[in-house]
Order: sequence, then structure tokens, then C-alpha cells
Amino acid sequence: MYKLLLCWRYLRTRYIALICIVSVTLGVATMIVVNSVMAGFTHEMQSRLNGMLGDLVIDCRSMDGAPDAAAHMQTIRRTVGDDVVGMSPTVNVPALLYFDVYGANGKRQSVTRQITLVGIDKSTYADVSEFGNYLQHPKNRDQLDFQLRENGYDTIDHMAEDMSKVQPRKQMKSAGWGYRRYKSMIEKQHAAEAATKQPKAGDEKAEVNEPFDPFKAQAEANGEAQGQEFDSAKEQHTGIVLGIGICGMRLANGSDHFLALPGDDVKISFPTASMPPKAISERYTIVDFYESKMNEYDSNFVFVPIRSLQESRGLVDPTTGVGKFTSIQIKLKPGADANAIRDKLKSAFPQEFYMVSTWRDKQGPLLAAVQMETAVLNVLLFMIIAVAGFGILAIFYMIVVEKTRDIGILKSLGASGRGVMGIFLTYGFSLGLVGAGAGFVIGWLFVRYINEIADGLGRLTGQPVFDPSVYYFYKIPTIVQPFTVAWILAGAVLIAVMASILPARRAARLHPVRALRYE
Amino acid sequence: MSSSLAKTLAESARSFDSTGSEVDYEPAALRIARPSAKPASGVPVLAGPARLGCRELFKSYQKGSVGIPVLQGVHFDVSDGEFVAIIGASGSGKSTLLHLLGTLDKPDAGEVLFDGNRIDNLPATSRDLLRNRHFGMIFQAYHLLPELTAFENVLAPAYIYESTLGYWAKRKQYRQRAMELLELVGLADRAKHKPSELSGGEMQRTAIARALMLKPEVLLADEPTGNLDRSTGDQVMKTLCELNEKQNLTIIMVTHDPLIAGQADRTVQIAEGRIVG
Repeated sequence: MYKLLLCWRYLRTRYIALICIVSVTLGVATMIVVNSVMAGFTHEMQSRLNGMLGDLVIDCRSMDGAPDAAAHMQTIRRTVGDDVVGMSPTVNVPALLYFDVYGANGKRQSVTRQITLVGIDKSTYADVSEFGNYLQHPKNRDQLDFQLRENGYDTIDHMAEDMSKVQPRKQMKSAGWGYRRYKSMIEKQHAAEAATKQPKAGDEKAEVNEPFDPFKAQAEANGEAQGQEFDSAKEQHTGIVLGIGICGMRLANGSDHFLALPGDDVKISFPTASMPPKAISERYTIVDFYESKMNEYDSNFVFVPIRSLQESRGLVDPTTGVGKFTSIQIKLKPGADANAIRDKLKSAFPQEFYMVSTWRDKQGPLLAAVQMETAVLNVLLFMIIAVAGFGILAIFYMIVVEKTRDIGILKSLGASGRGVMGIFLTYGFSLGLVGAGAGFVIGWLFVRYINEIADGLGRLTGQPVFDPSVYYFYKIPTIVQPFTVAWILAGAVLIAVMASILPARRAARLHPVRALRYE
Repeated sequence: MSSSLAKTLAESARSFDSTGSEVDYEPAALRIARPSAKPASGVPVLAGPARLGCRELFKSYQKGSVGIPVLQGVHFDVSDGEFVAIIGASGSGKSTLLHLLGTLDKPDAGEVLFDGNRIDNLPATSRDLLRNRHFGMIFQAYHLLPELTAFENVLAPAYIYESTLGYWAKRKQYRQRAMELLELVGLADRAKHKPSELSGGEMQRTAIARALMLKPEVLLADEPTGNLDRSTGDQVMKTLCELNEKQNLTIIMVTHDPLIAGQADRTVQIAEGRIVG
């Protein structure tokens, strides 16, 4: 009884002990903030990684693929059909993408990018991944058909959770057929002007304005062969969906600038499946962008209809019309054990030709790195709390010395050594509770208002703390995991109690007569 | 007498066990040493039954490598209801004797007897219980707990005796008892004051009330008037005398002042670690 009472009185009268608990508080708060932010990033990243890939992916080891996706999908259904929600075959091939950029001075420059060209089946691909949700036109989000829309592309990022942070994409307002017609008109005017000026203009200018174009000859040849002129104001090439990072860039103020828009044409070179491979080129018309907010994907992947890509690459068997595929994306039922299903599929498909992996396997190194980072941070931060423990130990020693006479009094009144020890252990425990509790509140508030705090810090220092152009997030993602928080709090309290053991033992062993005489 | 002590100890042990607040209370610790069959020779035979006494006590303190003898064969008895003053110059060992009688310290040799049972060699838990329930102690420097009010200081022995739940169950009785004691020493109106807000006399009277909280058999007083002026000292002495007369409380008081000692029933003179008269 006296333990609790005295402990309570000591808590209320000895503020020095509360100061030493501040370090515990700060340690706990920091750990909660760091863990929440790391959990937030991890979650965001995982959902995006998983969003772009199916839960399971079967890849052909050869880039030229294997024939007959339908037969393969039937095998998959036979093997693990109960857990499969959807499947979609794709053809992946590394490629080069070219598009023209007009600078502010009206000069044109051709931009070349290395990309991964993905042929997708538009009817099933949205079932196996979040791909559909990442598109910028509302109708394409319902069903993508690789046709350029008249207009109506999103000017506001539809995935943003916090609308106040979103900068409107003004350029997207004009995207679509309207933009294509206008551009076609301007180009025709320029061509007409160039034709009239050509006799006067020097060779130098012509070279700058029209860099070497390997497609021109081919395009002209195609047009002539078909015997008709391609009218870019009325017609489009095969539709293509570009990652938003390929032709867009985020400025430091959070707004996006696009070098090309839906309605523009791009050219892509990729290898054929013949032996030896030859590079061929195709023209495509941008029909939409997709934005997964994973920069790695957004600046790398380009989607075209699978059939057109199969035909261009020579992946279609001329006699049967069956196309080859390079991978099959599989969507599993929620809660299905991806690893077990992967192992079953591994035995169904010869490993010499196929690779079966979960999306986690594919992103293994990245996920492992994040996990490792979190673990190391936790160890380091827990060290801080351990250091705080030594502070508690020192201050408790002082308090025991200060309270020596009181300890003598308690012993003369019949308190046992254990009882006296109990006072100081309870004291340490309650200080730990107070410190951890305060740390929890501070940490939680910090996490709750982390974006406001980051903004405030950015204004104060003039240096943005969280640069949206780096992360492709508008705000810092956070998740407070109750289990982690409980673990941190328990650890902090335990350290406080452990630090009070030594002083408490000293108090328990004090000789009553000597303690009473202590001045 | 001895059976009543054993009974009390056993009861206390049971109450500890049932609440589980004090662990490691072994039944063996309850064993009270039987009174020695052959009392040491030369023990003066007293009129009443001996309540508290000591046999050939030796005690020395270690100062560096030299042992300084403080008590050299002290031997005396206090009968039930007696008010004994131990008088001696400072350094004569009288306070050490009181600490030994109150089991705050252990003698180098000799025995301390309570109701005819040896208590100096009891395990720590039993000695804690003796100090808590059977002895009341007051000191020259009052020794109140500064964080507690006068009322809570009086209740302190009950806090220590009871577990949290046990105290909660009997809090009414304890609070009533504490209030009665404060009234007895004339401090009912000062109950809510911290020791720092009380005068020396008030603090000492609070300490007396605290010593009486659990109805002890013996009151051990170490220079109770040492820090007080004559009139407040007299008040405290009056309180002690009244307790002795009206409640038949056994009191052993240590003092260096012959005038204070004169108010006791009997005076024992101690000099250089020996009883001289």
C-alpha cells in the first residue's frame, strides 16, 4: 500500500525524474514516427508493385515466347483453378521509343527513350492488375479500347487522397482528338510554309529542323504502297498507353509538365522474333497515360494491343493464326497462398522454359532492402531508449541517496527490504509508463500531422522536406500499426523498470540505523 | 505471553499469505526461539513479568580497521507496564542499546528477549513484523515522512502492515484509529498538514501517534525531547507519562537529561557501554 502511495507522491514532487523520462518519451515518439512512415511507404510501395503485376507471373525464358496462351491458361486452370480469379497473357519486349518535342522557340527535337513494350489483352489485363485504375480517362478506366478519345482526360489526379495538394494538369484539358486535329493543321501549315520557303532557306536550317528520320522513308513507302495519304486529322495509328513518367515530368512545385499528350504520335523500334532478330519500327498514337505512382514503372512501361505486337514481331503462326506470348499474369483469390500455388505451377511447367514467380519474388531485393532498413532503424532507435535507461539509472541513484533517511524511517516502521525495493521498482515502472505514454501521444500526433509539419519545416527552411517530384506521392504515407506501437511501449517500460532495479536493490539493502542517521 | 506473540505472528503471516502482497514468507521464519531453559546467572529478578530485556549484549562499530566497542555486556530487563529511562552521556551507547532492543540492529554477542523469546536472531521478515506491530519507535529528529501529511504519517504503520486491498477493506477502522490518536496528542486540527508545516513539538506528537497506530506492546523513545525546548518537551513527556499510566504502555526512553529521566518509574544509568546503576 505504502509503495503505491509513496510512489505517487514521489512522482508528483520530483520533477527531475520526469526530465529523465523525456529521453524515453522522445525515443518512443521517434520510433513510432519512423515505424509509421516506413510502414506507410512499404504499404504504398507494395500495393503499387502488386498493382502493376499479377499475383503470380509465368514468364517464358525466351524473349520470343511460347505459342498458344489459351492452352497454357487451360493447364493453369486444371492445376490450380480453384484459386485463380483471372489470367492475362502478355508479350514483353525491350524497345526504343521516339517522339518529337517542340521547344519554346518552336524548334523540334526528337527524344529517344528506352522502354519495355508490353502487348496486353485489353479485355483481361485489367482483371489481373490495377492497370485499369491507373489510366487517365474515366471511360478507359472502365474499359480500355486503345482508341483516342475526343476529350475528357482527367485534369485532376483521380488517385490523390488529399485534393488540396493536387496541382491541376492544365495540358490534359486539350488532350484528345481536338488536340490531334489542331496539331495536324499546324503541321500542314508548317509544311506548306516550308515548301514555299525552301528555295530561300539554307541547308543548315533544314538540317536542324528535320533531324535524320529513319521512319520517314518507310512511312512514305507504306503510304505509297497503300495508295492513299494518311490523314492525321482523321485517323490514328495503333493505340498506345504510355507511362506518365516517359513523357511527363513533375516540377518541384508539384505540378506536372507533359512533353507529349494523348493525340500525339510516337515511333517505337523493337526486335522481331526472327533469327537473327531484326529491328523494325512502328508508329503508334498515344491514347492514354497510366500512372501507378511507381516511378520505376511509370517511366518504363508502354502498353499496346497484344495482337498488333504479335503481328509486328512475327509471333503469329501463319498457318493456325495462334500467337506466342512471353508471360501470363495470374490474379489469385484474396487470401490464397501464393507461394504454394507457385510451387504447384512450377511442377506443371518445365523449368527449362518457364519461370514461375510471385510478385514478391520479382520485387524480392527491393522489399528485402526496405525490411532491412526498418530493422536497422529500429535497432538504432531502441539504443536511444536504452541510453535513456542509463539516465534513469543515474537519477534513481540520486533519488535513493536523497531518500536515504525516509528509507530508514520506513524500515524502522517495519517495512521490509522487498517493500522498499518495490517502491522504487513501482516508481520506475510508473515513470516508464508516463514516458512511454507521452511518447505515444507525441508520436501519434506527429504522424497524424506529418504533412503539415513537413510543409511548415519546408517554409521555415526554404527547402522542401518532402519533394513530390522525387516520390510521386503528394503526401507522406503513414500507417500506425497497433502491434508495433504496443511492442515499442512495452520495450520502453521494460527498460525503465530494468534501469530502476539497481537503485532499488541499493535502497533495499540500506542498513536501517545508518539510514536513519544519514544527514 | 509467549503464546500470544506466536499467535499474533501467525495471524499476521496468514493475512500476508492470503493477500499475497509479501512474498517469500516462510513458515520457518515464524519459529520463535524457545525461552532458554537456564537463564543466564545473575539476572536480577523483577517484580512483574519481563516484557523486554537483554542478556550480555556486546556491540562494536567498525571505524576503518579499528573496532570501537559501544556496548560491553549490557544486561537488563523491563517489566510489563514499566516506564524506564536509560540515561547516559553522549557516546555511552544508550542509543545503540535502544536500536538493538528495537531489532533495528543486530548485537555482536548476547541476546535480546521479548516476552521471554529471543528476537535478535529472528529472520528479517519476523523482525520487520515485530517493529511494525509490537514496537513503537520515536526519535529525537521525529523522522516523519516529508511527502505525507500528519494524518498519513500516523497511518504509515498500517499502510506497511496491510496489502493495498487489505488496507482498502479496513480503511475506515484505520482512519478512525489514526484520527483518535491525533486527538489524543492534541493535533486533530493539524491532520492535513505536511511535516514541514508543523512545529517540533507537533511533529514529535505526530510521531508518538504514529508509534501507537498498531497498538504496540512497547514504546521505544530515543531522546524524544532532545530537539525541543523545555515547555514543549514537558508536553511530550506528559503525553508519554499519561500513556504509561492510563494504557499501561511499556516505555523505554533514552535521554541524557536527568530532569527528563526523573519523570520515569526507573532510571538505568549507562556509561562506557556498561550499566552502572
